[in-house]
Amino acid sequence: MDEELYKENILDHYKNPRNYGEIENPDISYFDTNPLCGDELQLQIKVKDGKADDVKFKGKGCSISQASASMLTEMIQGKDMEEIKKIGKKEILDAVGLQLGPSRIKCALLSLKVLKAGAYGLKTEDEDEE
Amino acid sequence: MIETFKPEDIINIRKDFPIFNNFDKLNGKKLIYLDSAATSQKPSVVIDALHSFYSKSNANVHRGIYTLSEEATIKYEEAHKKVAGFINAKSFREIVFVRNTTEAINLVAYSWGRKNIGKGDVIILSQMEHHSNIVPWQLLAREKGAVIKYTEIDDKGKLRIDKLENHLKEKVKLVAITQMSNVLGTINPVKEITSMAHKAGATVLIDGAQGVPHEPTDVQDIGCDFYAFSGHKMLGPTGIGVLYGKKELLNDMPPFLGGGDMIKSVSFEEARWNDLPWKFEAGTPAIAEGIALGSAIDYLKSLGMAKVKNYEKELAIYAMDKLRDVDSIEIYGPPAGERGGIISFNLKDVHPHDVASVLSSENIAIRAGHHCAQPLHDRLGVTASSRASFYIYNTIDEIDALVNGLKKARKIYG
Ligand SMILES: Cc1ncc(COP(=O)(O)O)c(C=O)c1O
Repeated sequence: MDEELYKENILDHYKNPRNYGEIENPDISYFDTNPLCGDELQLQIKVKDGKADDVKFKGKGCSISQASASMLTEMIQGKDMEEIKKIGKKEILDAVGLQLGPSRIKCALLSLKVLKAGAYGLKTEDEDEE
Repeated sequence: MIETFKPEDIINIRKDFPIFNNFDKLNGKKLIYLDSAATSQKPSVVIDALHSFYSKSNANVHRGIYTLSEEATIKYEEAHKKVAGFINAKSFREIVFVRNTTEAINLVAYSWGRKNIGKGDVIILSQMEHHSNIVPWQLLAREKGAVIKYTEIDDKGKLRIDKLENHLKEKVKLVAITQMSNVLGTINPVKEITSMAHKAGATVLIDGAQGVPHEPTDVQDIGCDFYAFSGHKMLGPTGIGVLYGKKELLNDMPPFLGGGDMIKSVSFEEARWNDLPWKFEAGTPAIAEGIALGSAIDYLKSLGMAKVKNYEKELAIYAMDKLRDVDSIEIYGPPAGERGGIISFNLKDVHPHDVASVLSSENIAIRAGHHCAQPLHDRLGVTASSRASFYIYNTIDEIDALVNGLKKARKIYG
């Protein structure tokens, strides 16, 4: 895909977010923010037989933060929790597909931060301080 | 007649700024720089001053007795004198070179503040302060058990003088307020504020980061006790800023940092402080940057600060008018004509990051975020905003390009 198609894809996810909403009695629920720009994200997962049976997110913020969350929910839906834990920066940034500057990388990775913190049940250190 | 720049003046001014000729043109689009409130671009005279110092005059100051060092010392002291003249301080001894506004304010908080602020004392700030004029006072207040009061702003982003008056009835030791808001473009009546505060027995610090670069500044006329600003926002290099302080106050203050250059004599037991301003300039200072700040001041003086002020005001009036053409735009701060060249806004339902990204694809540089004024954004009820800020090299055409870029963002994000 070229840059324009990625941009369209992001806009599509931003305007029509997938798996948007909340789950009743989720097994995993985590909320975090990007204080710098006010992006907010909540991610919830219902786990069944070790798999992400249902995934929902809710949030507000810029197109990159919200679209990457939407993409992430598609990525993990139905997947084994152990597999999900292996998802890293590269997968998210590849899905977003745009060349991002340092501040916008934080927007894109907010979804991953929330997922990791939720999946491990603990708040991880900021991994992207490289 | 109002003194201002004509379009041909601006063409000439732009020629003095290499970045407008050198910048790698993005998709053939030339750089439109609307982020001077963060840092200004630099004219050749400033860049050359740095180059010239390092290639012809480099030596440490106040130490050598060889010619080169003496020359460097003279140039460095000259720069203090240029600054003193530019803001009409009584003497260069009232001019302390620091790194930036932030360091200047911290110097006052640590040195003057620790000595003079005690338990229950009140420090008055305002709701429109930059973090650098909030956090040092919060640290001090926590250490000393002092209380901070934030003077409210009205819905047009103007300071509520009536509220300030109320706060001044308390046990006020310090009033620290910005000359111009780096978000709202509000210009505060600093002379009136200073006089009110003095009547209440308080010391006054003005955050001039957005003041000196944009209007004629006379610290004696304002009457303030301290005045802080950054070289990099007024065409000078990064790494050099200024604290102006009245001599009596600076003399009475303990040093901020200890080390070389700030002492007259040192024994194993004690040290005697050096004369002003060196007492507050411990260690090897930013010599080249200080000298180049002097060149920036020469340049601004040759343009004329009254013209700078009026031209920026014209740009702001033009921009405020044109921005109204953009659908569902919310502009913060006072009406056109009552503000400086800073305009913050939000496009309804579009995050400022997305606005800035669309503009960036047109090679237009604006700022998106909270501009180091989070409490102000809380007051405005938003987490972030977009900000366009102008300086002497900006043009009406660039504002038109900004407006077109915003219309494009509006279209993309619906
Ligand atoms: C009003 C105001 N105060 C303080 C500062 C801090 O300046 P600096 O980062 O150069 O210390 C700025 C600039 O960002 C400002 O606009």
